[in-house]
Amino acid sequence: MRTALSTLAVARPRDLAEALVLMRDGAGRPIPIAGGTDLLVYLNAGTQKGDRFVDLRSLAELRGIRAGTDRFTVGALTTFSEIREHAALARRFPALAAAAAEVGGRQIQNRATVGGNIANASPAADSTPALLALDAIVHVRSSDGARVIALDRLFRGYRDLTMRPDELITAVELPFAPERSVQFFRKVGTRRAQSISKVVMAGVLRLGRDGRVDHVRIALGSVAPVTLRARAAEASLAGIAPSPVASYRARAALMDDIAPIDDIRSDREYRRAVSGNVLEQFLRSADPRFARG
Amino acid sequence: MSRIAVTFTLNGARRRVRVAPMKRLLDVLREDCALTGTKEGCGEGECGACTVLIDGRAANSCLIPAVHADGATLVTVEGLARRGGALSALQQAFVTMGGAQCGICTPGILVSAQELLLRSRGRVPGDAEVREALAGNLCRCTGYQKIVDAVRAAAREAMPARARAARRAPKARATAKARRTAKRARRAR
Ligand SMILES: Cc1cc2nc3c(=O)[nH]c(=O)nc-3n(C[C@H](O)[C@H](O)[C@H](O)COP(=O)(O)OP(=O)(O)OC[C@H]3O[C@@H](n4cnc5c(N)ncnc54)[C@H](O)[C@@H]3O)c2cc1C
Ligand code: FES
Ligand code: FES
Repeated sequence: MRTALSTLAVARPRDLAEALVLMRDGAGRPIPIAGGTDLLVYLNAGTQKGDRFVDLRSLAELRGIRAGTDRFTVGALTTFSEIREHAALARRFPALAAAAAEVGGRQIQNRATVGGNIANASPAADSTPALLALDAIVHVRSSDGARVIALDRLFRGYRDLTMRPDELITAVELPFAPERSVQFFRKVGTRRAQSISKVVMAGVLRLGRDGRVDHVRIALGSVAPVTLRARAAEASLAGIAPSPVASYRARAALMDDIAPIDDIRSDREYRRAVSGNVLEQFLRSADPRFARG
Repeated sequence: MSRIAVTFTLNGARRRVRVAPMKRLLDVLREDCALTGTKEGCGEGECGACTVLIDGRAANSCLIPAVHADGATLVTVEGLARRGGALSALQQAFVTMGGAQCGICTPGILVSAQELLLRSRGRVPGDAEVREALAGNLCRCTGYQKIVDAVRAAAREAMPARARAARRAPKARATAKARRTAKRARRAR
């Protein structure tokens, strides 16, 4: 496998425009490489297709965390360490900061990028449930121009994105969550750090002035072919006042949202039970009246 | 396939190698730079035996293509020792406190611990903080406690003597106070 690595070519564009031309014109689709923490694993294992790569790391246009008046824009090359360490970002988006702190160990967090986590499209990715719950918008560019896609619309099926292969993710836009809303993130794995999740959930919830839920987002990973929004559970909570019954109904609705499988990390029934428990934990953390008994 | 020139600072010295761009930094270090302190355990980012500092940050060199080392500042376990090869305080603590047994994980653990010490300069990281910093390093021999103890001992030693004394004093007062409060609470019951 190491001999194979020595046959691979890497183009090193100086700016985004040059990278986009390479992505368009490259004979035999070139593969973008950011932090390499997924790609090198596939390459070392001999499962990565392609022999030509485009290195994104030198593209200044894909870097940086910018704060606006009502949103943050995070460059695709931003690492999870940078997200953890950005105090203002972490304060605004505690669910994302918590997710960043649970992506692998430090060595991974120092290299792994948010753009790579999205593009890799693993159903077990940790940042995408947080980003989904936060209504993240993905900025993509090709030589044809720029467009934005709600993250929710990006995942079509198992490791299948509604992005063209010549498009690059340039940034992730994060609108501020509503004032007074509560954010939540929980990853359930075999050990506290550096394990792929059995279930991962992120949430945002706010009670309106009338005491009823007027904003709710619930997103999960490792329970379906893609990381997804739990629309049925969200709908069961919209406009509802916190109560044990509301919590029970949301749990029941959640079972329509998810389609977990048996695999080496866990089984279907366990994942269903844990998803329900974690949802209840989220609701309780948002308002104690959701607690049973 | 064509090789490219990759230039970096390695343990303080400028180096230039001609290598395939996707060659793993781990292999560049071991084969092209003849520094075999950096180990390969798993080759897939799980074990941390291959950890090096790249621009001051710990990373798995088995997952870094050579092209990403171009222009970088690298530190391997060999670069932790003092000039002349004497062990650093961190390395010495591992020897003294039994933080190394078979030693295959040790270079990577030392490098991860070095990043933690750089980050928490002037402060002794807590047990949980050390464990979090070393979560990406597996050890099959020590059971980790001696490793954690060694890292904390090294951090303590790195603090200036005055800061150390100042830290001890309020802590002693705080525990005395806690003991008094606990006693009062017991009496109240
Ligand atoms: C030991 C280990 C532990 C891990 N633990 C976790 C974990 O706990 N949670 C988790 O979610 N992930 C984990 N990962 C997976 C990985 O680290 C993340 O998915 C990471 O965010 C990938 O980012 P990267 O920059 O390294 O991607 P790369 O490996 O560079 O790329 C990944 C994919 O995305 C594409 N790509 C990258 N950037 C762009 C872009 N800007 N535009 C378009 N396509 C792009 C690449 O072509 C490739 O297909 C782990 C990996 C390892 C090796
Ligand atoms: S050899 Fe690199 S992490 Fe195991
Ligand atoms: S000392 Fe043997 S693996 Fe850690």
